[in-house]
Amino acid sequence: MNPVNYLYLSALLFTIGAAGVLLRRNAIIVFMCVELMLNACNLAFVTFSRIHGNLDGQIIAFFTMVVAAAEVVVGLAIIVTIFRSRHSASVDDANLMKL
Amino acid sequence: MTASATVHSLWTTAAGDGFKIPAPHIEYAQLSPVLIVFGAAVLGVLADAFLPRRSRYGAQLLISVAGLVGAFGAVLVLASNGYATDKAHLAAMGAVAVDGPALFLQGTIVLVSLVAVFTFAERRLEPKTDGARTDAFTAQGSAVPGSEQEKAATKAGFTTTEVFPLTLFAVGGMMIFPAAADLLTLFVALEVFSLPLYLLCALARRRRMLSQEAAVKYFLLGAFSSAFLLFGIALLYGYAGTVSFGGIADVVSGTAPMTPALAETAGNDALLLIGGAMVLMGLLFKVGAVPFHAWTPDVYQGAPTPVTGFMAAATKVAAFGALLRLLYVALPGLRWDWRPVLWGVAILTMVVGAIVAVTQTDVKRLLAYSSIAHAGFILAGVVATTPDGISSVMFYLAAYSFVTLGAFAVVTLVRDAGGEATHLSRWAGLGRRSPLVAAVFAVFLLAFAGIPLTSGFAGKFAVFKAAADGGATPLVIVGVLSSAVAAFFYIRVIVLMFFSDPSPEGPTVAVPSPLTTTAIAFGVVTTVVLGILPQYFLDLADKASVFVR
Repeated sequence: MNPVNYLYLSALLFTIGAAGVLLRRNAIIVFMCVELMLNACNLAFVTFSRIHGNLDGQIIAFFTMVVAAAEVVVGLAIIVTIFRSRHSASVDDANLMKL
Repeated sequence: MTASATVHSLWTTAAGDGFKIPAPHIEYAQLSPVLIVFGAAVLGVLADAFLPRRSRYGAQLLISVAGLVGAFGAVLVLASNGYATDKAHLAAMGAVAVDGPALFLQGTIVLVSLVAVFTFAERRLEPKTDGARTDAFTAQGSAVPGSEQEKAATKAGFTTTEVFPLTLFAVGGMMIFPAAADLLTLFVALEVFSLPLYLLCALARRRRMLSQEAAVKYFLLGAFSSAFLLFGIALLYGYAGTVSFGGIADVVSGTAPMTPALAETAGNDALLLIGGAMVLMGLLFKVGAVPFHAWTPDVYQGAPTPVTGFMAAATKVAAFGALLRLLYVALPGLRWDWRPVLWGVAILTMVVGAIVAVTQTDVKRLLAYSSIAHAGFILAGVVATTPDGISSVMFYLAAYSFVTLGAFAVVTLVRDAGGEATHLSRWAGLGRRSPLVAAVFAVFLLAFAGIPLTSGFAGKFAVFKAAADGGATPLVIVGVLSSAVAAFFYIRVIVLMFFSDPSPEGPTVAVPSPLTTTAIAFGVVTTVVLGILPQYFLDLADKASVFVR
């Protein structure tokens, strides 16, 4: 199968993730969409690695996974804190600083 | 042989005698500034885990200051041994550059962070709680604001000493960021300094809801932008088959040895252009340039003020360093494509930053929009694409970061019963009540405005001169005009402080400990010295303005 198809899939997943970040209101869902975008990047890395016949892309995919895991730790900590103080994880409710 | 067969041969080699993985060669001595900072950060984590609560503050302050001073010493030693000029090279298997711009910016970041750590450690501004001195950070980050648990933690005199190791981790990431010589290192460094900053934003002692809101906004938008950066990296990797800046530049200029796969992807300009644009987008977000600036005012307002000062100063240095290296080392062959884009971004950033700042009523938001406008001025120097462009941007960053840090340190001093009095109307008549603090703040505002004999003027002059020499005269005209608009609101604050009557129930100016005094004094001294005698530092930046590849 032509590896370029995986690139199309990766671009599609990335777009779905980006649309989700912009459209969804729950901070957890927004965050999951960011994770989807990172995974789309991983798919692109691995596909390009296959196209070029070198392993750089696969190594980068591992790094991305580690970074995504670290981001989950920090992100969930922040989202849980704000949920406990407001009883809502909606990004629309976080508007104390609106002008 | 197909591409897939070459890939398979990578992991199907017989595990005989010939199968050896060569260990990477790491130049520890040349990476020592970063390693010292990370070492101190790890020590800080251990200190927080094992020391009794009462001795943590002193130990953390000692570790942080020792680590940062040690790192600055290491930068000086490397620079004096010629690594900034003739011995510049790529360390750690081509992942990290040790060259003039990297060392200059690392030195700046370390010094700025050292001063920032002083403001973090300030414990005389908040009123004592049950005899215990407290700082600007929450007693217990996990406690719900206003809950019994929070009251108990405050009564027990808890403090969040974790901020010191978090800061050191962020500093380490910021030091690698402008030195990253491949896109993977760039991405990892970006996350290493961003993640601690998200947490630091959420840890204010007063107005905790605002602080948490700032953290959520910064985190979600930051993660969103770094996903764009990562997809851009994937596309550039797909285009060039490598992530090293030098390798990408070779493929762009067509001097790289071609394989059939590379010939196919390198013929596809869409990969290069979209990838480059997405990476640029990620960096411009960190810089706070205009289409990607929306997070700046909210995060600057909500974060604890010492953290805001640290972010505003050090992040900008790191992000502009990385932007310069990416554009000048990896994508110089594409400059006819990125220059017009950056022209537009620079003009928008200067104009929007300056005009929106006029309408602000909160000091921290005002400084946030002023930092956006300054990002535009610095971008004008980036657009120059000349060696002067590099050195003027580095000089501007050094000059600007100390002024910013000093200005935010002054903001922490003006207080009322609810904490810091950041609304501008509360600052009316401050010059009558405490002339010294108001005068110092006025010096910083004049430096922001770019009045001669301050570092702001020297920096702006250098940047605009480089931009004009680089053929961006219209950009300079827009820059000077928006400087004039910006000067209006800086002067307005000075007029408000000195020429209006103080209200009877106005804020008081707290007397800080020597820590904050040092930070503010350092800001004033650098503002004046870099303003009156800029030549030595301009020469220094000039000597350090050659990238290695």
